Amino acid sequence: MEDYLRLQTPLTEEVVASLKAGDRVLLNGILYTGRDAAHKRLVELLDQGRELPIPLAGQVIYFVGPAPAKPGQAIGSAGPTTSYRMDPYSPRLLAEGLKGMIGKGGRSAEVKEAIKKYHGIYFAAVGGAGALLAQRIKKAEVVAYEDLGPEAIRRLEVVDFPVVVVNDIYGNDLYEQGVAAYRQR
Amino acid sequence: MREIDVLQVTQAVARLCAEANYFLGDDMLAALEQAAGREESPTGRTIIAQLQENAAIAARDQVPICQDTGLAVVFLEIGQDVHLVGGDLETAVNEGVRQGYREGYLRKSSCHPFTRQNLGDNTPAVIHCRIVPGEQLKITVAPKGGGSENMSKVVMLKPADGVAGIKQQVVEWVRQAGANPCPPTIVGVGIGGTFERAALLAKEALLREVGSSNPDPELARLEEELLTEINKLGIGPQGLGGRVTSFAVHVKMLPCHIASLPLAINIQCHAARHKEVVL
Repeated sequence: MEDYLRLQTPLTEEVVASLKAGDRVLLNGILYTGRDAAHKRLVELLDQGRELPIPLAGQVIYFVGPAPAKPGQAIGSAGPTTSYRMDPYSPRLLAEGLKGMIGKGGRSAEVKEAIKKYHGIYFAAVGGAGALLAQRIKKAEVVAYEDLGPEAIRRLEVVDFPVVVVNDIYGNDLYEQGVAAYRQR
Repeated sequence: MREIDVLQVTQAVARLCAEANYFLGDDMLAALEQAAGREESPTGRTIIAQLQENAAIAARDQVPICQDTGLAVVFLEIGQDVHLVGGDLETAVNEGVRQGYREGYLRKSSCHPFTRQNLGDNTPAVIHCRIVPGEQLKITVAPKGGGSENMSKVVMLKPADGVAGIKQQVVEWVRQAGANPCPPTIVGVGIGGTFERAALLAKEALLREVGSSNPDPELARLEEELLTEINKLGIGPQGLGGRVTSFAVHVKMLPCHIASLPLAINIQCHAARHKEVVL
């Protein structure tokens, strides 16, 4: 664990600027969950000039639709979902002050541009490690869109939630750099 | 003629839904172990270790390996001397899925395609039936997650494209899929038949034991060549770079029309889940 940076959410401008692609991070504090359906609703509210059900400034959204909690669990298995489906919405949320996103898989050119422009950060968590990641989530409560079931927005309290920086404000992309280092064809 | 009550089908499907999602198969545990020894990337090795730990937690606590517990894909091989009684088969399978996902604390992921309204019980299952000789009923439940299923395609190649064209398509498609299907993956390839048969062949190919060889030597060779090329892509665990992009390539092939060369690619994430029972 010694090569991990331990960070507290919400993220400040200074912290985001200090992060580089490849940095391994343990997140602590609050994360908000959101997938396709919740993102669509948030952007619709912004378009209508209405108030959002969650704060955005400095916050981190985790792209996840958890499994139901068994009795005694804070949350069921909760690994990241594939991020490109949120690409149409993320630039808008970054423009409104969102700082961090956690998912898996590459992002569009528009999202990477917005990360540079608005000083955001994109982290990856290990896809398919849902049982492991759930153990780092100590509390979960639905705060909006309960009708969406697993896609509802939840407020998570996490302790040492392991992620890696993929896209930083300097235009680095760990997917591109990591693959280039091992490509043989 | 042997009678089987569909209530038994419901009970079996319910149990298999939970078991498939909690317990990663021995073939996959062995594949992860082997990958841990083969991966050169430090990040890749860390990820594989996390996946091994994750599988152990899921089995110990009987919780899903992955939160995406999939749409329930159910394969039924129905002996022609079986008489199903007590209700209709499709309803019985769907009731099994409903019970299995509810009682097993599995995520319900089925929704209306337009409104995206979650249907709340993970039905309807995707059911594939085959009539086979005998008086047994084999049920295989293979939950399929959205991330890897989205990285699938069917392409109708020209006969002139040949084996070289097939190889080029498969390797290029895995490259494009990149990190999205949660590598390391298993790549299911269906060749021949028709448009829809090729797709089903690719899915059926994913059910074969990882680490087993294709009984057809020509296809076994093709699988090895494809795997070697795919693992040269450098995608690695989770797409963050490395040697182990795929654990295996599985090919199924059938004859096709003289005008056609259908090719289907169905990618399976490392949470390769399927459990079966014979009634």
